[in-house]
Amino acid sequence: MINSIKGLLLTLVSTMNGLRSPVTRQYPEKGTLWKREEAPTPVQDRFMGFPALTWDGEVDEPFCTSCMVCIRHCPTQCMTSTMKDNPLQQEGKSTRRKIVDSFEINLNRCILCGICVEVCNFDAIVMSHEHEMSTFQRNGDRVNLPVLLEIGTKFQRETGWIPPTKRAKPEPEAAPAVAGDGDTEGSESSS
Amino acid sequence: MTDIPTGVVTRGEPVEMLLNMGPQHPSTHGVFRMVLWVDGEKVTDVEPHIGYLHRGSEKLCEGEQFHQVITLFDRMDYLANFNNELVYCAAVEKLMGLTVPERAEYVRVILCELNRIASHLLFVATMGLDAGAMTPSMICFRGRERVQSLFEAVSGARMMHNYFRIGGLKEDLPDNFEEMVGELMPLLQADIEEADKLLTFNEIFLARLKGVAAISVEDALDFGLTGPCLRACGVDYDLRKADPYSVYDRFEFNVPTGLDGDCWDRHFVRVQEMYESMKIVEQALVQMPKGNVTSSLGRRLPRPPKGEVYVRAENPRGEIGVYLVCDGTDKPYRLKVRPPSFCNLSAIKHLLKDTWIADTVVVLGSLDIVLGEVDR
Repeated sequence: MINSIKGLLLTLVSTMNGLRSPVTRQYPEKGTLWKREEAPTPVQDRFMGFPALTWDGEVDEPFCTSCMVCIRHCPTQCMTSTMKDNPLQQEGKSTRRKIVDSFEINLNRCILCGICVEVCNFDAIVMSHEHEMSTFQRNGDRVNLPVLLEIGTKFQRETGWIPPTKRAKPEPEAAPAVAGDGDTEGSESSS
Repeated sequence: MTDIPTGVVTRGEPVEMLLNMGPQHPSTHGVFRMVLWVDGEKVTDVEPHIGYLHRGSEKLCEGEQFHQVITLFDRMDYLANFNNELVYCAAVEKLMGLTVPERAEYVRVILCELNRIASHLLFVATMGLDAGAMTPSMICFRGRERVQSLFEAVSGARMMHNYFRIGGLKEDLPDNFEEMVGELMPLLQADIEEADKLLTFNEIFLARLKGVAAISVEDALDFGLTGPCLRACGVDYDLRKADPYSVYDRFEFNVPTGLDGDCWDRHFVRVQEMYESMKIVEQALVQMPKGNVTSSLGRRLPRPPKGEVYVRAENPRGEIGVYLVCDGTDKPYRLKVRPPSFCNLSAIKHLLKDTWIADTVVVLGSLDIVLGEVDR
């Protein structure tokens, strides 16, 4: 009897604690119960959304040279790309001899592991903060080069992205990963 | 697989009924099917059926390079991703003879213990739900959400992190990590305490769980139970103490054990383990040195020499083992996982014998199975 009353008191205290403020909220909205405002769910800085391609504003072309490293390293083989001779290089504006011609990622197949970003030698691919991309078609999330660049430039604009190879290195003893420093060892894999 | 007759079957006297539970039953914690032979309200026999979530992870590992396999390990026990990543990375590191940077070991321990707390919080939540208590589940999920937000800040993903690398970590912790953990720990402590207070010694909860499906030490060892399920029987066996891996030998913590090995003990051991994990996190934060966390391999792909290795570690659910055979290429030749959930689940037939049908859900819940790991 006494134990039951104790238990009731305990749950009552917990209920009163719970009444103070709501801890859940409706998904796309934020704010209080009285004042709702629509805003996308905020994500952390390191959040890994869908992969996207970055845009080199200095030369006005994509960073990507379609070297296929990310495609070889992708655990789910969700990407394809083709390469072409860079017209800007022939004009002397760019140092990239080859440039991406087409690039397709099947985002439904992507598992957001971030391996592509890690192996990229040209800072060309980023894990953007884009994560609300549901579609009604089965192949609705097969995105091509313009869409990937659009997502990428949006990400660059919003986060003030600096290419990883141009960031200040806090650790002097760490071996610097220079862009174009050959391939990673995966190039000699038998696959 | 033997043919299971459908409908009502008679086995002499009295009349037995065959009851199909799952695979879509909400209380089986995933796609798990049990065929129960019931005599009135008494369960006389049970036939577990697994394999509904079989994805062939072990075979898939043979087709992936060593650094890609980590993503598959994330998806085995999807409630303890960091712990799974740790044991796989440890296996490859052991085969290659790599030493992990000191700071990386501490970061791994901190993240693994936080993940253990998150996993046990989910257990307490579902245990409460199985026994009919709704409120603790909300509190536990709130706590788990806080841990996952921290994981997102560290690794970029809430569940499938892919943060550990062979020989180190992907990148260093964010600069404000210690403040974030400092903010998290008191909140988490409060959440665990509140759920604990509401649930563990609740009279109804005790009545539902105490003395239900007790298992003796001998039986538990015979079935190969590990982790909290074994410790609930009173066996002081925790790999973090018994065979310390990583830097676990540098921390002071207790291994909580139960008395009777019944459902309530399995619950209580896990609740106590959360407090112990918090102790480990606090100690690790103090001891953690500064320095490099990335692998000494640099950007080279790991390519272990020919050979085989078995590495085990303490997951939230028990002892996970990875048996890895390499033939000198960049892909594993064979990779076998000893999943704790699968071995713990093997005792279900013994545990459920002669229990009430209303207790089946609680007994299954107390084993804390993850079907992603059982079926792999």
